[in-house]
Amino acid sequence: MNENLKSEESIEFTLDGSTVSARPGETIWQVAKRHGNELPHLCFKDAPEYRADGNCRVCMVEIKGEGALAAACIRNPTPGMAVTGASGRALQARKSVIEMLIADQPEREHGPDQNSRLWRWADELGVSGSRYPARAGIEHDASHPAMWVRLDACIQCNLCLRACREVQVNDVIGMAYRGHGSRIVFDFDDPMGASTCVGCGECVQACPTGALMEKSLVDDKGEDKCIPVTEVDSVCPYCGVGCQVTYQINDNEIVAVQGRNGPGNHNKLCVKGRFGFDYVKHPDRLTRPLIRRDDAPKSADGEVDPADPFTHFREATWDEALDVAAHGLRRIRDRDGSSALAGFGSAKGSNEEAYMVQKLVRTGFGTNNVDHCTRLCHASSVAALLEGIGSGAVTAPFTACLDADVIIIIGSNAAENHPVAATFFKQAAKSGKTLIICDPRGNALSRHAKHMLQFNPGTDVALLNAMLNVIVTEALFNEDYVAEFTEGFEQLKTHIAEFTPEAMAPVCGIEAATIREVARIYATAHRSIIFWGMGISQNVHGTDNARCLIALALITGQVGRPGTGLHPLRGQNNVQGASDAGLIPMMLPDYQLVESLDVRKRFEDAWGVALDPVKGLTVVEIMHAVIAGQIKGMYIMGENPAMSDPDIGHVREALAKLDHLVVQDLFMTETAFYADVVLPASAWPEKDGTVTNSNRQVQLGRAALRMPGDVRQDWWIVQELARRLGLDWNYSDPSDVFAEMKQVMPSLDNITWQRLQKESVVTYPCPRPDAPGLDIVFGDGFPTPNKRGRLVPASYNPQGELPDEAYPFVLTTGRQLEHWHTGSMTRRATVLDAIEPGAVASLSPADIDRLGIDAGQHIRVLTRRGAIEIRSRRDTAIPDGVIFIPFCYAEAAANVLTNPQLDPVGKIPGFKFCAARVEVV
Amino acid sequence: MTGAERGLQVKVTKNFQAKWLMNQQVLKRRHPGSGRGKFRKTPKGRQVDQRSLAEIRSLLGDEPRRRDLLIEYLHLIQDRYGCLKHRHMAALAQEMDLSMTEVFEVATFYAHFDVLPDDARAPDLTVRVCDSVVCEMKGARQLLQQLVERAPDGVRVVAAPCMGRCATAPTAAVGHRHIDNCNVNQALEAIAGGHTGPELMDYTDLEQYRADSGYALLSSCLAGEHSVDSVIECLEQSGLRGLGGAGFPTFRKWGFVRGYPGPRMMAVNADEGEPGTFKDRYFMETDPHRILEGVLIAAWAVEAEAVYFYLRDEYPAIRKILQTEIDKLDAAGLTRHAPIILRRGAGAYICGEESSMIESIEGKRGLPRHRPPYVAEVGIFGRPTLVQNVETMYWVRDIVEKGADWFAQQGKEGTKGLRSYSVSGRVCNPGVKIAPAGTTIRELIDNYCGGMEDGHSFKGYLPGGASGGILPASMDDLPLDFGTLQQYGCFIGSAAIVVFSDKDNATDIALNLMRFFEDESCGQCTPCRSGTEKAVALMSQPAWDEPLLNELGATMTDASICGLGQAAANPLLSIFRYFREEL
Repeated sequence: MNENLKSEESIEFTLDGSTVSARPGETIWQVAKRHGNELPHLCFKDAPEYRADGNCRVCMVEIKGEGALAAACIRNPTPGMAVTGASGRALQARKSVIEMLIADQPEREHGPDQNSRLWRWADELGVSGSRYPARAGIEHDASHPAMWVRLDACIQCNLCLRACREVQVNDVIGMAYRGHGSRIVFDFDDPMGASTCVGCGECVQACPTGALMEKSLVDDKGEDKCIPVTEVDSVCPYCGVGCQVTYQINDNEIVAVQGRNGPGNHNKLCVKGRFGFDYVKHPDRLTRPLIRRDDAPKSADGEVDPADPFTHFREATWDEALDVAAHGLRRIRDRDGSSALAGFGSAKGSNEEAYMVQKLVRTGFGTNNVDHCTRLCHASSVAALLEGIGSGAVTAPFTACLDADVIIIIGSNAAENHPVAATFFKQAAKSGKTLIICDPRGNALSRHAKHMLQFNPGTDVALLNAMLNVIVTEALFNEDYVAEFTEGFEQLKTHIAEFTPEAMAPVCGIEAATIREVARIYATAHRSIIFWGMGISQNVHGTDNARCLIALALITGQVGRPGTGLHPLRGQNNVQGASDAGLIPMMLPDYQLVESLDVRKRFEDAWGVALDPVKGLTVVEIMHAVIAGQIKGMYIMGENPAMSDPDIGHVREALAKLDHLVVQDLFMTETAFYADVVLPASAWPEKDGTVTNSNRQVQLGRAALRMPGDVRQDWWIVQELARRLGLDWNYSDPSDVFAEMKQVMPSLDNITWQRLQKESVVTYPCPRPDAPGLDIVFGDGFPTPNKRGRLVPASYNPQGELPDEAYPFVLTTGRQLEHWHTGSMTRRATVLDAIEPGAVASLSPADIDRLGIDAGQHIRVLTRRGAIEIRSRRDTAIPDGVIFIPFCYAEAAANVLTNPQLDPVGKIPGFKFCAARVEVV
Repeated sequence: MTGAERGLQVKVTKNFQAKWLMNQQVLKRRHPGSGRGKFRKTPKGRQVDQRSLAEIRSLLGDEPRRRDLLIEYLHLIQDRYGCLKHRHMAALAQEMDLSMTEVFEVATFYAHFDVLPDDARAPDLTVRVCDSVVCEMKGARQLLQQLVERAPDGVRVVAAPCMGRCATAPTAAVGHRHIDNCNVNQALEAIAGGHTGPELMDYTDLEQYRADSGYALLSSCLAGEHSVDSVIECLEQSGLRGLGGAGFPTFRKWGFVRGYPGPRMMAVNADEGEPGTFKDRYFMETDPHRILEGVLIAAWAVEAEAVYFYLRDEYPAIRKILQTEIDKLDAAGLTRHAPIILRRGAGAYICGEESSMIESIEGKRGLPRHRPPYVAEVGIFGRPTLVQNVETMYWVRDIVEKGADWFAQQGKEGTKGLRSYSVSGRVCNPGVKIAPAGTTIRELIDNYCGGMEDGHSFKGYLPGGASGGILPASMDDLPLDFGTLQQYGCFIGSAAIVVFSDKDNATDIALNLMRFFEDESCGQCTPCRSGTEKAVALMSQPAWDEPLLNELGATMTDASICGLGQAAANPLLSIFRYFREEL
């Protein structure tokens, strides 16, 4: 280790006779480690966010002049201190403590983890057995679907408690009772599976004895299966947080997943990332190409059994399937013109796949009718950001909350949808930062918030304009910043004049005084940051909502500095990257406008093909165009519009109407029901590729599993289709694609495949090949023509469909912790399916009572689009008059009900608001 | 409504019905889930019911929902409902923005909280029988058994640790009523008669105390007639030391705390739990204002913003006295510089350890903190904190008024000051004996306690409660003071002297003490949590494994976090040293 410590900073002391230097704040344990001497440790986890607790006493050292020994993990050296670690007394204490602990352990060969840290240190210290009598046994708790609890192996080191309370801040695990009766508990000493546990598994990752274990690693008696594993580093495929993972693999199966120290997760994972991978080996997995049978006509209400698709499809060779797929598309292109074709790519795939799909559609189909689910999540946010500050990405990572003084989270149930990002928000709140939550629904973060503004659904603009009004009328805005870096302040000022808190309070349901206080807190703090989720974006006024947030940040100058900024929490793991790669109808890669001649020229030169000069249609518009007979053929790669789009009755009609539909997916999805050709795709753990998370961090995913059956790599499938559409593509692997992307995407400057292989992650923009990327951007102006941010006034327009006598409820949809998007992966993941097994609609306790039903009873939910039957859940987080339904459940698909009306700018549907009626079944 | 409007409405309704009929087609689909999981009717885990929430809200009223008040609120619930039901704790957690487990782990840490499932019946009354060393010598075990057999239905009888009434052992608490020299009939009468409230003694109240020039010194300090430095110098000359057990020079502690930047806090440690100790109870029950005046002077000296007076829950009568008298002090304007906040323990010996006490004051489980930093630097709410024992504060007024020499000259054998020895066990007249520091056990027995009880001959003594080790009668000439017993593996601590006789077994006493530590260990560190448990197991065996117990004792002493674990092996090691004949 290179030690160029300045003498005035370093603390010199002796450790086992040799002089060493400690950095300020370093403990004796850390100094020893740095010198290659790892002292025994059980309750101390040498990892970010884990505080030393000094309770196990196996790292004892003797400090000259002190009576008792000291725990090295929690003791800072002072100048001249003489520390002995390997001496008789300290060594004796270490061994003795280990012997006490081992007395109470189950026999090693019947224990949960034969290679636990406890056993390894026992081996190291030469303690093989114990002379002490054992305590009474403790019953196992196998109530949780994913984890096995064996407190007979617990050493009360409380690492799991710190994991749960301080690292993940889920606050489920406690240390209850006292003395030798001290016991790890979940809530009120409840079985883990009946507790508020959210299944993140952080405790399992932290436990030094195996008292908390992945069920996959123990047998049905809770004993170690001793599975040998190999490890592959990758990235989680679920949400936009982009947690780095290490897969633990045995016999081509992921048996466990450990969190890795990525910049977005610091070793943490959520239940999906830790326990949600066995979908890849689900028996429904498509393993051979399928071609629709001639005797299986399509109809909107048609249904295929994913476990047995042969009622509607027959198996085919790759050659035949690709030929049929390409031929159908080519026929329509040549007969009806390019604009009769459209393609959907996926934010679940890699950057390289997204780039290839958009290039295929643009150069092979000849149209800009290419889009993906960004349209359904943050299209409005991106539209407002591009308009306001010239960039659709975040200005700061979510970890910037740790540097902020004030954190506003609006329209985001981060604890469920971005669970690991939420850990940072909760940590920030716990460390004393002011957390302000604005959301019609309560959530797990509410408890940590200084202010919880549960405003009326759909009144975001009223609330936010009132805050702007306070900041302007009370002169709390940053005059210098406004003058130097913004435009449109005067118009904004005039516009928001009428939006006084007093006038808006009855509209949004938040008291004027509270609005004033929150506005003042945000504006006057040294560093304030705003995070938002789809509660903001998925509205017919989503763009206006985001404009207000941008205006808040711009007029107060709360952007471009550490601890400040604007951060829309991106949904899919690669929605940022897929959008960057040009998987959107109006822009080529790096948000370059298709309607710009210069831009097109550049891409035509690069790609050697003439490009469609007209921007394409968006997701929902494409379905309308199918119904209208304008679009006849589609290629859908990894998307499931038959579940994810609004008013899916309409979407399914459209899909059934297509002349030719090619679907590329892992499973027989609800969309694939309507396909002519289904191409079996590779799952994320089976392939290499880069993904870009919500923080603009480009990360490398690595193949860890062999593909089942005759499944092929997605990049290969896209290339084969391209070739059959007359394109001369010759990529030999994803790194080739990445190299090409760099040619047309300046955002990837200084980020190379090789660098990613070495570093796993690089943030863009990145100034130099050897420098880290920039976390915080726009400190000196924005990427707009005049370097100024544009303030765009937003009007308050009530939602398109307001509750009335016939449909008195507000229906809002979204995700829940265990299930991803349309459920095609997560419902096939054993643990996730076990925790949330079926369709559920959450209502307030008062509404459940008013309906005269018991929670759990089936209800019928109707809107002007359709009806579903679904089981009810009593949830105090739901306000009266609101019903929340996750959209992942095929048996009662929420999107049967939703309103396809679009935000005029972002073209995003208003998933968060429509009028509904509830009936007792 | 006009006819036209009405017509329009009918039309809309008809259209709606047509559409609605169409929508009757409920769309159901196959799904990829296995259908094997169990549907939850609510979000995960326990839910808070509205009735319990309403009950908790009405109980808490407008009191602030601050974390540090958690234990106080648990007391409110326990006092009102006789137990802590899960439903109430869940509601309390929600009301205080705490997680459920944070409430549960605190509630289950303290012995005086009875956590029960919702469907369990709370006992009508709890009788606690002290089973600590002196009470056990005096027949507590038999009393407990008799009470268990004869107590009426609905009355729960449990063993409990030292209640600070060793001079009148055995003792039992019927609800909050303590019965001295208790026999089973007295206890049954108290139960039958419903005598369950605390019994107040006569004490010097504010009026009487002021009539004797009480608070004149405080007033003159506040008026600037004394400088802080002069008061501290007087304490230095007097030799006053911390009388809770550590014996740290008081003047130095005040100086340390003053040396750290404010805001500063003060705490009074009235969690007198060391078996055999009852001197603080004596002073609080008889002359509370002499203590409070000392406290307010100390708070003035270190410029503490508030004083937390942490009183053990075993002293309910004193709680009444203190609350009454502190209210009077507030009304008299004597606490303006440092309000005194009375905090109620909940049955945990460890909270007598100053950093655990601070944790408890903050509403948490009483786990000792690691040092450094010391509480003088990082104490209550992270602020520099002066922590003082009750008796230490008791002497402040007299020392300053009568002069440092008055106190200093009382010591014997080169020691300084007076000590309040709590003497109990096999002596004729047990009780608090105020005697010069350095008095020997022989002098205490003969000159202060009227000799040994009839039929008992002096065999040995505990010089410092449960943790101070055990000495044989042959060593009856040692001056009892701080630092004088170290070479013998013992210490005086809070000067709790338990005398035992030829009728007692030293090994039984050592086992009783080890059981006490096993029960009272907070459980934080392995050597104490596991060590006390293993030691009890080994000491319960007919033959003691001396090498193993010695090794265990050494690790407990060397590697425990706080004094409890570090001293827990003292009685055990004393047996090997001085009472080998009993092994």
